[in-house]
Amino acid sequence: MNFLIGAFKPACNISITFSDGKSRKQVPMKKENGKTIMVSLFQSKESIAGKVSIEPLQGKKIEHLGVKVELLGQIEMYFDRGNFYDFTSLVRELDVPGDIYERKTYPFEFSTVEMPYETYNGANLRLRYVLKVTVSRNYGGSIVEYQDFIVRNYSPPPSINNSIKMEVGIEDCLHIEFEYNKSKYHLKDVIIGKIYFLLVRIKIKNMDLEIRRRESTGSGANTHVETETLAKFELMDGAPVRDTSIATDIYHFLKDSAHNHVLGIEGESIPIRLFLSPYELTPTYRNINNKFSVKYYLNLVLVDEEDRRYFKQQEIAIYRQQDS
Amino acid sequence: MLNGTEDEEKWLAEGIAGIQHKAFYMHRALDSNNLREALKYSAQMLSELRTSKLSPRKYYELYMRAFDELKRLELFFKDDSKHGVSVVDLYELVQHAGNILPRLYLLCTVGSIYIKSKEAPAKEVLKDLVEMCRGVQHPIRGLFLRSYLAQISRDKLPDIGSEYEGDADTVMDAVDFVLQNFTEMNKLWVRMQHQGPGRVREKREKERSELQDLVGKNLHVLSQIEGVDLEMYKETVLPRVLEQVFPDEYHLQTLETLLGACPQLQPTVDVKTVLSRLMDRLSNYAASSADVLPEFLQVEAFSKLSNAIGKVIEAQVDMPAVGAITLYVSLLTFTLRVHPDRLDHVDQVLGACVKKLSNIPKLEDSRAMKQVVALLSAPLEKYNDIVTALTLSNYPRVMDHLDIGTNKLMAMVIIQSIMKNNSCISTADKVEVLFELIKGLIKDTDGADVDELDEEDFKEEQNSVARLIHMLYNDEPEEMLRIICIVRKHTMVGGPKRLPFTVSSLVFSALRLLRQLQGQEGDIVGEEASMTPNKIFQLLTQIIESLSAVPSPELALRLYLQCAEAANGCDIEHVAYEFFTQAFVLYEEEIADSKAQVTAIHLMIGTLQRMNVFGVENRDTLTHKATGYSARLLKKADQCRAVYACSHLFWVNDQDGIKDGERVLLCLKRALRIANAAQQMANVARGSGGPVSLFVEILNKYIYFFEKGNKQITSSAIQGLIELINTEMQSDSTNPDSVADAFLASTLRYIQFQKQKGGVVGEKFESIKL
Repeated sequence: MNFLIGAFKPACNISITFSDGKSRKQVPMKKENGKTIMVSLFQSKESIAGKVSIEPLQGKKIEHLGVKVELLGQIEMYFDRGNFYDFTSLVRELDVPGDIYERKTYPFEFSTVEMPYETYNGANLRLRYVLKVTVSRNYGGSIVEYQDFIVRNYSPPPSINNSIKMEVGIEDCLHIEFEYNKSKYHLKDVIIGKIYFLLVRIKIKNMDLEIRRRESTGSGANTHVETETLAKFELMDGAPVRDTSIATDIYHFLKDSAHNHVLGIEGESIPIRLFLSPYELTPTYRNINNKFSVKYYLNLVLVDEEDRRYFKQQEIAIYRQQDS
Repeated sequence: MLNGTEDEEKWLAEGIAGIQHKAFYMHRALDSNNLREALKYSAQMLSELRTSKLSPRKYYELYMRAFDELKRLELFFKDDSKHGVSVVDLYELVQHAGNILPRLYLLCTVGSIYIKSKEAPAKEVLKDLVEMCRGVQHPIRGLFLRSYLAQISRDKLPDIGSEYEGDADTVMDAVDFVLQNFTEMNKLWVRMQHQGPGRVREKREKERSELQDLVGKNLHVLSQIEGVDLEMYKETVLPRVLEQVFPDEYHLQTLETLLGACPQLQPTVDVKTVLSRLMDRLSNYAASSADVLPEFLQVEAFSKLSNAIGKVIEAQVDMPAVGAITLYVSLLTFTLRVHPDRLDHVDQVLGACVKKLSNIPKLEDSRAMKQVVALLSAPLEKYNDIVTALTLSNYPRVMDHLDIGTNKLMAMVIIQSIMKNNSCISTADKVEVLFELIKGLIKDTDGADVDELDEEDFKEEQNSVARLIHMLYNDEPEEMLRIICIVRKHTMVGGPKRLPFTVSSLVFSALRLLRQLQGQEGDIVGEEASMTPNKIFQLLTQIIESLSAVPSPELALRLYLQCAEAANGCDIEHVAYEFFTQAFVLYEEEIADSKAQVTAIHLMIGTLQRMNVFGVENRDTLTHKATGYSARLLKKADQCRAVYACSHLFWVNDQDGIKDGERVLLCLKRALRIANAAQQMANVARGSGGPVSLFVEILNKYIYFFEKGNKQITSSAIQGLIELINTEMQSDSTNPDSVADAFLASTLRYIQFQKQKGGVVGEKFESIKL
């Protein structure tokens, strides 16, 4: 089959470079083939400028009907592979029809481009930004080259950021209270909290805190939801036992908490400290272009000795904070 | 589990192999200065410690292997030229580990370097470590982790003279840290004993004793902190150590030393909590096994504790009442558990409490009040028997210090305890004490706001008192009479609101005594002049007369009738007559309400019918009266029913009962006339017929007496009556009445049924033609 490769070899090499490519931050991006490459990072309202150079293969000329570069923002649903939905599409014509005999370089610029959505690679879809150069030809088909880049947008810290406090339990079996210090975290944040065990009558083996991502695509009846557990962080090994025998023995006829206080019987507390930086999180995305949403949840899971799971899930918002 | 030891050996070998395997990779990473790999493999290595399969002894072997490896890791961490990460970042980095046990071992390891680097105050890091370690609650794993923490931090405490002592770090922080770690380890250690079924308990105990040293090491560390002086020891260290769980027998044997220190403690130290916990612990220990009780006696635990409490209360003048009483509650619980036979101890505690309370003008603190209730309830709970409590001279004195509401509440608790345990109070003396205790319920207390009384609560209270009276009982009539007299004395002052509740109980109690007396009559006849039925009847009369103050004539009437029946049983005609007279007088003078009259009449007729003690003359008088009352009722229907009921007064089915057929017939005829009059009156007044059912009722009486053989009642009379009823029912003016129809139908069915029976009865009924 080797000859075939030679036969379909493109007639030219096209390269796309950004004008500030050397100084611009590069971030890793996973390609479809599983390889990771480094690509340039942009944010909304930045200007995207650079050069396209076209170099025909040795001794060949390219007849073309025009050269253009496009900036595309696309959402691709995996169930609908090959179909891209372009939410942004900008074009710059680079050349009028003619022939290219030797390496030719065209500068281009898209100034202050609105790119409200972030690049995202999810379970069922991806959102990507790409520069697409097309050399249109009459025969042999057009020659196309792509250059990916990544967009990330930053949010200021939220003005209101309440803690999350919850009281959960099963009557007469388990009664716990927990607290997370915030409801909105940035990607490099730390979740600090406490869990109070007020009543434990089931044999708890361990307790984990999970971070779950819920990606929903489509709308209405066609909504598809994919949930992934991104982090499983063990908070507790074994469980505190509330030994209330003293209280029950002697004072069972006086059930008041003031009394418990006198005896110093209080809930055992377990600390929570979970660094978010090791996990591959994205900000929370709400209804992006009416196509999808990505939400994050903290799931507190208690596992008993019979491997039954008791859990309580709480949504948290995640935002991207500008590195200081 | 037969070859449990063998298995354990195998698991241990596996664990060690696992550690060695992962340590190999860790060493490689250390040698190549690869921090990421080092963290990964060290975490994997430490994961071997997550096993639950090993006994503490074997786990210790495994732990020591890991410990050695951690020392190598520590050296690597310490040298940031090798990994290029600052200790602050490292402190975060190790916390990324997903499993908690490896994470905390690594954190402690880095933490010790962090302190050494002095980039953060030692106390902050120590506090963080000791807090984070709470995540491991599994007893064995937690104990070893915390022992690791103790081990690596030992030379880094901000002790006096230590290089870590600074402005922010004081010896106090060092003590705090060690004590907190110690406290947590104790909790874990204690928890071991509650785990697993009883079968493995013994094994657990053995394991626990193996781990004891681990916990004890903390005390060793504590003793080595230079900066701890006597003051600090007394004020901070001792109380907190005391809170901890030493073996109980240890506490017991050192009681004297321990208690000696208590009164000297500063008032800021919560010595009462310490003491009350100590006593609670000792109580539990005593309850755990009867074998340990001699130990308590040997060290005279009670008197020592009692003295210590006395001294503490004396020394701490400002201690709030609730604190003192809490102490007494604990002491009481202690003595109830340890010396259940020593009532004098209980009384002594109560006495001490009275002394303390008498210094306080008025107990207003509700928490203190609750404690007093607890104090008073404890003996009741323990002995399940109020009788025991009644012998405690200080019991009522403590009750005097309760406010009115709480006093009542306590009285209710006492009564409920009696009810629950079905305990019978059998001597007059005890009854006297008991009523002294519950006097809050028996009479109005001075200063009680009557308006605030909740009607329902009041009823419940008084009903309880009424029930209580039935629990006072003695087989000896002499003693029983005394009991009744005492109850009477107390209840008579209760006032018009309480009397209706208590008087009936008292009356029935006395009536029971009467029956008791009758049962024994054969033995003691004539001997005990003081104890005659007559005397009891006099008493009864007086008791019932007290109701006139209420007034409650309906109740009094019922009680008189009860007494009359009792007199009938005792065969004392004049007394029975007297009671009837009283009842009739009440009826005439006090009962005006027509409904009440109807009820009263039927009661009187019913009682009178059963009387067999009366001679002809007396009976005639009473019967005449009753019939007279009946005919003078207001409503015709009531008249009619009362009159036909009177017919029974002339016909008693007993062997030698009166059987005056003629007067029976007279009554029934009169009833018919009244029914007829009622019918006509209804016609005139409403244009429609009155109730036919009255006729059917009378018909039933006819049938009854016919069946019983009253010759005056003939089959033709019955036939005539049936015809009359039929005519009435078909008349236009009568409203259709389905109830009356059904009544008649079933009455006729009865006649049919009797006819078909055959024999004498059948023959008799055969003559009735339907």
